Amino acid sequence: MTKQTEKKKDVIILFAGDSGDGMQLTGSLFTNTTALYGNDISTFPNFPAEIRAPQGTVAGVSGFKLHFASVDIFTPGDEVEVLVAMNAAALKANIDQLKKGGTIIANTAGFDKKNLRLAKYEDEQNPLLDKSLDQYRVIEMDITKMTREALVDSGLGTKEVDRCKNMYVLGFLYWMYNRSLESTETFIKEKFSKKLEIRDANLKVLKAGYYFGDTNETFTTRFEVESANLPAGEYRSIMGNQAAAIGAIIAAKKAGLELFYGSYPITPASDILHELARNKNYGVRTFQAEDEIAAICAAIGASYGGALGVTASSGPGIALKGEAIGLAVMLELPLLIINVQRGGPSTGLPTKTEQSDLNQAMYGRNGEAPTIVLAPHSPSDCFDTIIEAARLTIEHMTPVMFLSDGFIANGSEPWQFPSASEIEAIKPNYASTADLDEEKGYLPYRRNDHLVRTWATPGMKSLQHRLGGLEKDFESGNVSYDPDNHERMVQVRQAKVDRVADRLPPLKIEQGQEEGDILVLGWGSTYGAIRTAVREMNAEGLSVSQAHLRYLNPFPSNMEEVLRRFDKVVIPEINNGQLVHIINAKFNIGALPLNKVKGMPFTSREIREYLAGLITEKSLS
Amino acid sequence: MTTNPQNNVKLTAKDLATDQDVRWCPGCGDYSILKQLQSTLAEAGISKEDTVFVSGIGCSSRFPYYMDTYGMHSIHGRATAVASGLKAVRPDLSVWVITGDGDSLSIGGNHLIHLLRRNFDLNVLLFNNEIYGLTKGQYSPTSPKGQVTKSTPMGSLEQPFNPGALALGANATFIARSMDRDPKHMREILKKADDHRGTSLIEIYQNCNVFNDGAFGVFTDKATKANSTIMLEQDQPLIFGEENDKGIRLNGLTPEIVSLNDYSPEDLWIHDAKDMGKASLLTRFFDDPVQDGALPRPFGVIYEEERFCYESAMQEQIDKAVSVKGEGDLDALIRGAHTWTVS
Repeated sequence: MTKQTEKKKDVIILFAGDSGDGMQLTGSLFTNTTALYGNDISTFPNFPAEIRAPQGTVAGVSGFKLHFASVDIFTPGDEVEVLVAMNAAALKANIDQLKKGGTIIANTAGFDKKNLRLAKYEDEQNPLLDKSLDQYRVIEMDITKMTREALVDSGLGTKEVDRCKNMYVLGFLYWMYNRSLESTETFIKEKFSKKLEIRDANLKVLKAGYYFGDTNETFTTRFEVESANLPAGEYRSIMGNQAAAIGAIIAAKKAGLELFYGSYPITPASDILHELARNKNYGVRTFQAEDEIAAICAAIGASYGGALGVTASSGPGIALKGEAIGLAVMLELPLLIINVQRGGPSTGLPTKTEQSDLNQAMYGRNGEAPTIVLAPHSPSDCFDTIIEAARLTIEHMTPVMFLSDGFIANGSEPWQFPSASEIEAIKPNYASTADLDEEKGYLPYRRNDHLVRTWATPGMKSLQHRLGGLEKDFESGNVSYDPDNHERMVQVRQAKVDRVADRLPPLKIEQGQEEGDILVLGWGSTYGAIRTAVREMNAEGLSVSQAHLRYLNPFPSNMEEVLRRFDKVVIPEINNGQLVHIINAKFNIGALPLNKVKGMPFTSREIREYLAGLITEKSLS
Repeated sequence: MTTNPQNNVKLTAKDLATDQDVRWCPGCGDYSILKQLQSTLAEAGISKEDTVFVSGIGCSSRFPYYMDTYGMHSIHGRATAVASGLKAVRPDLSVWVITGDGDSLSIGGNHLIHLLRRNFDLNVLLFNNEIYGLTKGQYSPTSPKGQVTKSTPMGSLEQPFNPGALALGANATFIARSMDRDPKHMREILKKADDHRGTSLIEIYQNCNVFNDGAFGVFTDKATKANSTIMLEQDQPLIFGEENDKGIRLNGLTPEIVSLNDYSPEDLWIHDAKDMGKASLLTRFFDDPVQDGALPRPFGVIYEEERFCYESAMQEQIDKAVSVKGEGDLDALIRGAHTWTVS
């Protein structure tokens, strides 16, 4: 029989299964394949904090959400169109995300008595048999059985055979979305080049899944998502933590500095350490310290020695680093601090995302200890933003906080990458013997017009000096308890950070009118959801504009002027309202908070609905 | 130690002093340590710009301000961590960590043990005065049990740390002990510590004449020193006592004090700092000195071992990565392994 092909603008698939089912890999492989078709893509993994949570339970479900499209997209999407449920728990955990009329691909072997019990379906109720899934299209496949049948002659044990079942699903989806197996076949051949029987088993099952779609008469329609109208050029897929790591290496090279990375393992920041550790041929020095404090102190020591000291953590670790950040503020040395935020407080939700460390970044230290704060807005933007963060810490001799989050860190998107030569050099403000004062010798705290002191590193002759956490004399840096000197130093450290605003690009309106009724102001990972919501509303002729902050301290100098051009400013945040408080305290504009603290990113619909409510309110009043 | 061959003019201790007034209490043991270190380094002809002093917090940690080298007075307990990062990127520098018993064994205990096992090539001078001085007299992790201080009016409840044994347990590669009241000995030990490649830990008994005066009197006072201390010398028998009439003999694994009237020096324990077994026994010479039959407290180099240093191993890995993969190409890094073209 002939099979039809239906065109689709975009598709959202959620691969869900036990944390041992290989769903992250399955999702990534589909991503890599469909990227080759020129789709725009956004992905987001969602996995449990436990490494191997009890099998078959809802707590152990690992998911990978993939949004691919023939149009520009900015988020992994709101409602899922296809839910792959490898077992009952995977269905139970994710059914709320599936849109009405959506498709469920259910592995029936994962819905046996045991799995139903583990997923806590009551009284052996089986969702595949009762009518609870009536509003969806359910494709039942005994993936486990079909995988075993495909490999009946393979000579592999049951455990190894069952491990191939994710390839069956993948093969089937490749058929369903008209995608070639080639990229995945290449991957399998490389990955198992030394385990030929495993290689052959995976290849066989992948094809079996594909042929199942092709030959089974139940499936009459395939879908086609055409290539997106992305700007012409070369692309790669990139995750946020990867982009941050690569960016840090590039930044150090562009400054002519060695990169030293001191860190203690913590979710969701550890991948930066892994990425850097495997790039030692770029001269990267990674140091897995005994704790968070040692990690940052070692980075400070490295910066003192003339390297670019970088440390990274998540909220709990940043809390431990607070005193040392204050030291770096006093020493006025370069120090790049990466915070990949997660749900808090305390241990909180290690694998979930949140933007609740903004206050910590701005104020989380003793004394008057301002730092520069930047936030990337997407996985690939981590690259540009971290280079900018490195530039500011090196050229302004003061710590910079880079505020990423779990959503950006683990999410991925296509990236039209730049060439290294396009990235501007970073210029450290080195001291030289020309700076020697005739009478007083080297004055480490003498400043230029940007209030930046010079950087003398050990080995520079005649520039020996002593730094420390005690308050220092305005020029010599010697210990000073003089009251006026202290006040002056507090002011100058603040002014130095404030004056960074002079060199920042102005805040611009990304979408919508330059002035009007509503401005949605975001920071960090809310960018995609806001962009999608505002775009849709503009298409409906509603007056909504979008601006997004990369620089959170200091703010761009035109910030207040931009905000005052709008009747209402709405600030969506994955926290309980932090930026909104800072902005209202500073500009007193009555900005409105829109908050969500569920460990999950905003959906664009949530933002759209809130904005629609505001507009209705206004028209009623 | 990084010496400066071009520096033909011989350095003096004075050349290493800064214009800052030394602000320790008059009579503090720190003065002696500062002086011995300045003369040791001057004599060695160091290059001032290639030498860095890093300290934590506490009385002793003011030290860097008084040395005309590079220096950082960091935060409480963390000098060892700061120095690790510094040494990781600058193996060429001569790095000295100045710390106290509270700084290195209490708030910074974690960093100290990890520094010792990693074996960065730097020197740690642990000024042990068995008291918190800068905060005006609370007991420290080395204060003896029962010590009455402001925070322990009825006496400390804690068994003190034995820094030498702790360091050996942490796989230190150089452990020595000296005292503020024996300048010559201290200079000798400082020199040896500096010559050692790896982390050198020198515990220096330092008198706090304000809050814990005389804590080490039994080891430093002329009247009692000879009987309560033993000065270790490589390949020499352990002999001590006013008349050099006593020795330490190993009876199996048990050290015992014997009279040289009964034994000849050949029968005695011959000091060998490279022998870890002997070093572990020596670090346990930690008796209360006034107790009957107390073993004398050893001073000198207790243990020394040659082992790879972290920063060299780190450099080797980088060199290896470069030789296998080639010097990193920035564009290759940005591109990654898989790309595609949109036309």
